[in-house]
Amino acid sequence: MMKILMLGWELPPHNSGGLGVACLNMARALTNEGAEIDFVVPYAAEHPEIHFMQVLSATHLDPIYRYGGGSYESLNILEKIIPTADEAKNVSIRDVQKTYCEFVDRYLMEFKPEVVHAHDWLTFEAGVLAKKNYGLPLVAHVHATEFDRAGMQAGNPLIHEIEYEGLMLADKIIAVSEATKRIIHDKYHIPLNKIDVIYNSLDENYETSDYHFDEDSYGYLKKLKFSGCTIVSTVGRFTVQKGLHNLMHAAALAIRKNPKLIFVFAGDGEERNELINLAADLGISKNVIFTGFIRGKRLRDIYSASDIFVMSSISEPFGLTALEAAHHGDCLILTKQSGVSEVIWSAMKYDFWDERKLADEILAIVNNPALRETLQRNVQNEYRKISWGEVAKKCLKVYNNIKHKRNY
Amino acid sequence: MRAICLYLHIHQPVRYRQYSIFDVSRDSNYFHDDYHGRQSNERIFRKVAEKSYRPMLDLLERNMQKYPGVKVSLSITGTWLDQAEKWGPEYIAQIKRMVERGQAEIVGETYYHSLAFFYNRDEFEAQVTKHATKIEKLFGVRPRVFRNTEFAYNDELARWADSQGYKGILAEGWDKILGWRSPNYVYKPAGCDNLKLLLKNYRLSDDIAFRFSNRGWSEWPLTVPKYQRWLNNDCLRGNLINLFMDFETFGEHQWQDTGIFDFMNTLIPSWLGEYDNKFVTVSEACDLMPPADEISMPETVTWADTERDLSAWLSNSMQTSGQHDLYAMREQILATGDQQLIRDWRYMTTSDHPYSMCTKYWNDGDVHAYFSAYASPYESFMYFENVLRDLEYRVETSQKS
Repeated sequence: MMKILMLGWELPPHNSGGLGVACLNMARALTNEGAEIDFVVPYAAEHPEIHFMQVLSATHLDPIYRYGGGSYESLNILEKIIPTADEAKNVSIRDVQKTYCEFVDRYLMEFKPEVVHAHDWLTFEAGVLAKKNYGLPLVAHVHATEFDRAGMQAGNPLIHEIEYEGLMLADKIIAVSEATKRIIHDKYHIPLNKIDVIYNSLDENYETSDYHFDEDSYGYLKKLKFSGCTIVSTVGRFTVQKGLHNLMHAAALAIRKNPKLIFVFAGDGEERNELINLAADLGISKNVIFTGFIRGKRLRDIYSASDIFVMSSISEPFGLTALEAAHHGDCLILTKQSGVSEVIWSAMKYDFWDERKLADEILAIVNNPALRETLQRNVQNEYRKISWGEVAKKCLKVYNNIKHKRNY
Repeated sequence: MRAICLYLHIHQPVRYRQYSIFDVSRDSNYFHDDYHGRQSNERIFRKVAEKSYRPMLDLLERNMQKYPGVKVSLSITGTWLDQAEKWGPEYIAQIKRMVERGQAEIVGETYYHSLAFFYNRDEFEAQVTKHATKIEKLFGVRPRVFRNTEFAYNDELARWADSQGYKGILAEGWDKILGWRSPNYVYKPAGCDNLKLLLKNYRLSDDIAFRFSNRGWSEWPLTVPKYQRWLNNDCLRGNLINLFMDFETFGEHQWQDTGIFDFMNTLIPSWLGEYDNKFVTVSEACDLMPPADEISMPETVTWADTERDLSAWLSNSMQTSGQHDLYAMREQILATGDQQLIRDWRYMTTSDHPYSMCTKYWNDGDVHAYFSAYASPYESFMYFENVLRDLEYRVETSQKS
């Protein structure tokens, strides 16, 4: 049985995005394959549904949702190594990372995992520490780089520095798509043969859970659809990375040809006010709906209510929301810059800047029932192509290869 | 006596460009992409011409000059001729010289390489007539043997060809139809009086067309002595070997560096060097022997894929609805009398268009994807439909004026 120390930043239900979901599914699948995992998170909170691995809290800080701590008494190691809870309300992320590293340091004094698997820059410093001080093989898993988050602009130099060190010192890098692999190679000058691509899959609970679309949850959308409107939706943080300005311009082009188009922007972020203004400037406010931040059933109802899902990202390491939308029967339109477009063939694709082509594709789906049906039907056979079981098998292969190579 | 009937199919579609919905009613240029664009007909034609048409036509002509016994049959689509007139008239001239020497025969088909036979019989006949007229104008001969687009053949087609006075018709020699019978004989299509049926020997044809450069093939490399041994063995079950394939096999599907040209250059004299061996054109093949048997194909058989059916062209709803909508416009289009409009509409009937919308193997990214001029079957359909919209718009405006 292989013992793995996994360094993460969040796990459901305390997650703010796809990272936590991906980590949880990956860890679960790895334990199904016989691995034993200790998973470190930077906060103290309960994870009532996680029984297959130990979740270790590196700090006494509350996660965003204040569930209260104190659930880890059974782990006596924690009492020894966690400093008395400083009521640091104003801690910066660097402070958290520092404490996180200290926790990992003390953990490794007592335990000797066979592999350390670190997820994204947030935990790379702790991973590097494990490798430098304890000689452990390090796998750096890249779900997104700072270039992705900054919409391929410069981004934060300190974060680049941390990413660079982690990528350089890792024994193997796992990227969530070829697009990410390319960025790691082009921007951080890492040799391609050091990087393996392992695509994410859909959350396993997603398909099994008993979800039922409640048509009344979005009564106004239902009414619009009834009057012959087509619903086009997008989901995500409203940041520069997501390319939503291009989507809005394309929406204006499409609406000019077909006023019975409704665009739903689900999510929130720093670009919200800008986008609302832009819709008004383009004269399409009536056709654009902002839902605010939604998750869970409300989000799934949006997928169910829409006909077309657009992933407009300038850069998207993977893009799990596209698989979710496919699960709910949407036609997909993806930018060629998104990782998910590497695995999904039954979709319309475009370059993120090509607003006219996006408008073209939206109108083509609306105007041609045959296109809509074919896209819908074919993507159903496709989005399950990758399973978390396969992801776990590939990870184990990576672990075994580096152990073998380095003779740890 | 042993005979090879070498038949080569020359075709290029006129591809539509990435025609946007925003072009509809504003710009009726469907077929002229930028020279370096993905759907640039000129660029593709010139590329294939350099790799295939020029070297293979030269090879054939040289051999014809050296050996009067060399014969070849060619089917040349109207869409290819239209493009060759612009970007390679020398190839037309070269083929004409071969025809005049009596060593090349031209096979009849639809001008636009279309599936019109399955949608509109009037349109089908109009396209066949247009093709025959064009062939007569360019080469001075009228086709006497017929082949339908992609070898899509059934008994009904044979009866039609019989009624038109054709001497012979070409089809796939598929095992499911032939059973124990050999493709190396002349047959009589069911229900026909005079028409002869020539069947492709797909094993020996595909050895050259598909397997020649495949290093995973147990018989690789294919040498002339080995292939000639196979030809001789196959002649034990009928002495007419029908080698039917795409012209582009030579140089485009099998690149020059695979040795394909050297292979053919050696095979031709080597075959003729044996006692009583010869080459025949398709018409000569029809006269070679009385029909060995009658063959019936009630269902349509093509030369494509392992299924040998039309599913690569007409299986998903994009393909079927696209073709249906296209042919539904015919009467209105013709009624305008606008020659430019009619020609544009007919270019849209080329079977390569629905083929590029095939999703059968799309997820595996195989040969269908490899040969496509479009990023995906869905995009191809999108541009196709946009063109149809503009054609409709032109019909309406011409009705008003």
